[in-house]
Amino acid sequence: MTDTAKTDFTHRISAHCESGSTSSLLFHYGVKASEALVFGIGSGVFFGYFPFIKMSGSPLITYRTFPGRLMKNAAGRLGVGVKCVKFKNPEKGMEALDDMLRRGIPVCLQTAVYWLPYFPPAFRIHFDAHFIIAYGMSGNGYIISDPVMDGPVTCTREDLIRARFSKGTFSPKGKMFRFMGAPGHIDIAAAVVKGIKEACFVMLKLPVPIMGARGIRFFANSLKNWPEKHGNRKTLLYLGNVIRLQEEFGTGGGGFRFMYAAFLQEAAAILKDDRLLDLSKRMTVIGDRWREFAASSARICKDRASEKDNFNLLSEILLDCAEKEHGLFRDLSETVR
Amino acid sequence: MDKKNVPQDEGVFGQWRGINYAVDESGQYVLEKTSGWEPVNIVDRQAWEAVGERIAFVREKMEKGELSPVAYYMEKNLMDVKMLSNYIGISRWRVKRHLDAGVFRRLSHSLLERYAKVFGISVEQLEKGPEND
Repeated sequence: MTDTAKTDFTHRISAHCESGSTSSLLFHYGVKASEALVFGIGSGVFFGYFPFIKMSGSPLITYRTFPGRLMKNAAGRLGVGVKCVKFKNPEKGMEALDDMLRRGIPVCLQTAVYWLPYFPPAFRIHFDAHFIIAYGMSGNGYIISDPVMDGPVTCTREDLIRARFSKGTFSPKGKMFRFMGAPGHIDIAAAVVKGIKEACFVMLKLPVPIMGARGIRFFANSLKNWPEKHGNRKTLLYLGNVIRLQEEFGTGGGGFRFMYAAFLQEAAAILKDDRLLDLSKRMTVIGDRWREFAASSARICKDRASEKDNFNLLSEILLDCAEKEHGLFRDLSETVR
Repeated sequence: MDKKNVPQDEGVFGQWRGINYAVDESGQYVLEKTSGWEPVNIVDRQAWEAVGERIAFVREKMEKGELSPVAYYMEKNLMDVKMLSNYIGISRWRVKRHLDAGVFRRLSHSLLERYAKVFGISVEQLEKGPEND
């Protein structure tokens, strides 16, 4: 491959890969939706504790909705169609990508962080649902806009094949997302309301105890038993991983709670509803509480002090988070009734 | 989180900068760059130390002749048997057998090639093990 192609795409830096990719692709099509707005409209905020799914050997905890959902929801609610194609054959997947780029269409790719060479080594874990945008090629490489990087980066064809066809927990299977262009008129207010409604539903009404506000409570209660159940060493490793998932992997801080607070602020202006401003402030307080949980956990990890008392304390912070989030989403659902 | 409280504790990520959402003086949410947060640095170091320990442990067993280089490179690539079997496209119990040094010596060349390709190394290096890295 020696041809070069470049689309007139502008890189935008963001906190989170999926909402960031979606936002910058939407901008490309003239829909000016910030990352936080996309996160809210796509109902990105979530909590789930899946002790039976292991990621890098630790139980999976997520603070956001399932990979791919956010993009589909956000773009769909703004009236922008998203076409997703999967590939079995890597060569065909790359041909399809080349074809798009030659036609001047930037596309979003699901990739595995581990195989992307431009990340600092400390980042390279097997997380297979990282969303990046390919918008050009040059020589034997592709020009990539990775939302969590400062500027555009390049990636060789071989590396991109590995990243797109990795075989981890959320195996991307070469998924490629293409936005189909924006409609003439966009009803942002309606999209915001839809996003809020779904967020309230998943945080309050899911009939399973491991997700939503109930999930936080369930996690708080399970956490208390970790030292007994897993022993000192494993408990500290698991706890460390919870913090990494909450604060490290592009969340904007506080397990996406700050990003959601930013969304509520924007939503207040769009819906002309001052109650949302108040809710945004409450969400910020919740985010700070999550940060407190992270700081306390890290202290426990540092002192290797997995005594039961310490874990009771952590559990109390979490129960408080659960209580506050429950109240917040209940009041939030009142505003969009 | 207030804008002035956005942590700037440089750690494991070096030059990389992340984005935090924070509130500025007027109460508006803004995007603020962060070079890291000490609690995250602590748990991150802990996680990578644990990885290092596991790699060292497997390496020792490999040098004693109990485990094969496949076991070593699997750890080095942060994989487990399940993930590696997905990458190679063979069943889990076969991968598990290949972790044994004795079984590994009898592996066919084509299988060695497949392992080497996944690990991103040459067949010779896979057979030799990690002597020079």
